[in-house]
Amino acid sequence: MSSTTQSIYKRILPQLIILAAVLVLNFLVFPDFFSIEFKNGRIFGNLIDVLNRCAPTAILCVGMTLVIATKGIDLSVGAVMAITGATAASLVVDGHGWFTALIGAVAVGALCGIWNGFLVAVLRIQPIVATLVLMVAGRGIAQLITEGTILTFHDEGLVRLGAGTIIGIPTPILIWITLGAIATFIVRKTSLGMLIEAIGINEASSRLAGINSRTLLVCVYLISGMCAAIAGVIVAADIKGADANNAGLWLELDAILAVVIGGNSLLGGRFSIIASLLGAMIIQSVNSVILLSGMPPEFNLVIKALLILAILVIQSPKIAHLRYMLRATDPLPRDKPKPPSVAPQEKSQ
Amino acid sequence: MTDTNGPMLHAKGVSKFFPGTIALDDVELVLHRGEVHALLGENGAGKSTLIKCLTGAYHRDAGQITLDGQDVSPGSTAESQSIGIGTVYQEVNLLPNLTIAENLFLGRQPTRYGFVSRKEMINGARKTLLEYGLNIDPSEPLNSYSVAIQQVVAIARAVEMSGKVLILDEPTASLDRDEVELVFSAIRKMKERGIAVVFITHFLDQVFEISDRATILRNGQVVGTRVLKDSNRKEIVTMMLGRQLEQKVHERKGGEAGEVLLEVTDLAKRGMIEPFSMKIHEGEVIGLAGLLGSGRTETANLLFGAVQSDQGKMKLRGKDTSINRPRDAIARRIGLCPEDRKSEGIIGNLSVRENIILALQVRQGWTRPIPRAKINEIAEHYVRALDIRLASLDMPIRLLSGGNQQKAILARWLATEPDLLILDEPTRGIDVGAHAEIIELIEKLRQNGMALVVASSELEELVAYSTRVIVLRDRQQVGELTGDKITADNIVHAIADEMPEAVN
Repeated sequence: MSSTTQSIYKRILPQLIILAAVLVLNFLVFPDFFSIEFKNGRIFGNLIDVLNRCAPTAILCVGMTLVIATKGIDLSVGAVMAITGATAASLVVDGHGWFTALIGAVAVGALCGIWNGFLVAVLRIQPIVATLVLMVAGRGIAQLITEGTILTFHDEGLVRLGAGTIIGIPTPILIWITLGAIATFIVRKTSLGMLIEAIGINEASSRLAGINSRTLLVCVYLISGMCAAIAGVIVAADIKGADANNAGLWLELDAILAVVIGGNSLLGGRFSIIASLLGAMIIQSVNSVILLSGMPPEFNLVIKALLILAILVIQSPKIAHLRYMLRATDPLPRDKPKPPSVAPQEKSQ
Repeated sequence: MTDTNGPMLHAKGVSKFFPGTIALDDVELVLHRGEVHALLGENGAGKSTLIKCLTGAYHRDAGQITLDGQDVSPGSTAESQSIGIGTVYQEVNLLPNLTIAENLFLGRQPTRYGFVSRKEMINGARKTLLEYGLNIDPSEPLNSYSVAIQQVVAIARAVEMSGKVLILDEPTASLDRDEVELVFSAIRKMKERGIAVVFITHFLDQVFEISDRATILRNGQVVGTRVLKDSNRKEIVTMMLGRQLEQKVHERKGGEAGEVLLEVTDLAKRGMIEPFSMKIHEGEVIGLAGLLGSGRTETANLLFGAVQSDQGKMKLRGKDTSINRPRDAIARRIGLCPEDRKSEGIIGNLSVRENIILALQVRQGWTRPIPRAKINEIAEHYVRALDIRLASLDMPIRLLSGGNQQKAILARWLATEPDLLILDEPTRGIDVGAHAEIIELIEKLRQNGMALVVASSELEELVAYSTRVIVLRDRQQVGELTGDKITADNIVHAIADEMPEAVN
């Protein structure tokens, strides 16, 4: 098992280094960055803020990583957040409890996921086009639910999901970490992860090996829809209202970016949910640097773009190849499995 | 100035390392002017790595390459082309929708007043092609001609652009006899022009027919270079395999098959294959013979459910059953090694271990993962049993050579302990050694009571392992040969519609 731990560590090392670097950057522009204090029964601090603010992206990431591993993409998650936020809000406004609202929202998210999955897996529409449909239509649907207004609510249970704390820790942090842990556990402790990677790499071969790729694809989009639902509820709960136009706006792109920063290929195949979650944290830490540095806000997006560009360049295949070549020119690297047998392998005669 | 007596190309001490393997170890290759030099070796011996180092597709890690007396170190295929080393690959690397003339002159079109001169281009192309014995219209699109002609056009283009060394990487792999002759006459023309030709192929007949010398590689090292007139097939094969390939005496232990395992009646798919019926017994190997497009692959796919049949009945051990998709077949202990290993067999980026375990894991269901220790045990068992050569079980399967990939796919199915194993062209594109091993394996599996259906275009091979041969023509079963009737001649007769001895 230690070899597995080691390979996970090796896989996420680049993301850990980048995260550490961005956090140090935070510290440089704002020396109090790492200080955490406990008051009024809640922990406070910039670091906690980063973890809290990255919750929606991180939750989207869980589903998005799986979708991307199948060589797909889900552009609709931002719009699904708006739909599900509106669903939850309208349910509590109608007098239902927060738990019913949450379940209702997740069910609607699941429905959206099944729709995407149906278009991709059954009708074989390209994922980017298939999910674009709901991305465009989703905000319209959300507006129909909220009847064009920002639907506000005061249900304490629901608000606690976005702005509350449990034993002093903000709920969103607990939600995304738990969700990430459960998803990682399920895909790695069953063979689900391998099967998802297999259909992402070569669907024809996978089908001939007996994998039910159609069902698996629908499931992956379903999970993505459910993750979007949870993220949507948290965002709505945070502002105590469902904003059909702005909830989750452009967040699908942040989620995709986080998955990419996590080192997952958009061409499908090998994936790591943990690395994607680190990617989400990296994006939020970059946001934090910009805010804390006190730069005029008009610079924000440009600086964010530059930092992300730097991260992507470091991870680019060309640079990776360069690093590989530097290592490969050493004729007998020490960590190689075994010297290849140059002698012909004689068969017993 | 260049030295006209020395070799055209001299590669010395060329080495290339990959993580975990030494792909080339101190390799020396000498190419004389006007010689055809065969480069031989099993898959994975280092032929393609050597070629890639020569053409600059890879950077060599050590060694020296002298071209025409001057040190060269091409950094890209374009650079190697400009200094005189041209390459033609097995799959024609041209633009099929452009005309022959455009293909020949692409990137260096003759111009007049700054515009491409079509007339000059077509005349130039016609003249060039005549030199290769091709009297064809160069203004026609490339894809209106056969692969052989396309191959010659590719050779002509490479020679026109480079002109010192020409590397032909399996140029004849998909050609028939007459077409091979066309390519060979082009090669002879180049010999006359003093070009050094490197010829890579799996066909030993062709090596002896066209080549002057051969360099044999094994496990990344040069085993030796031989002048072919003074050598013989046996010596060359022995050098390639590193062991005496004992002449396999083929004695079939009778056709005594066991119980009927699978019985199909009038199975068909419109547009793919006409209704066919067959009984598959335990402990027999049914060979499917026929030309390309005769329905061999379609039969295999229908039996496995890779393609859904639109009529017909199936009985498994006497009970009615139906197989509509691969999952159904796997649940009934049937396996299929598909014809196209790359696009339908391997899952390139997954490890060899995962590729081997895949079908078994899928049959068990995703909720019941096979324990890590058990996976290793199974994978290691088959790597040993089938002699799969790899640096590590963790390496992506796409990095293995063709023969080893095929063995890994076989391992995937053997791990599921199938009752019926369907093999579609199990020996296509793999080297001599793996070839013999797979044929041996088929015989062994049959003796253990497994039923096998093997589709193959190689008659000798079918004769070697089949207990029964079903002959297909035009998407229909046209005959069946059993026992002593199974000879290459009889199969050819049956395919060609003259079956005096066949039992229908």
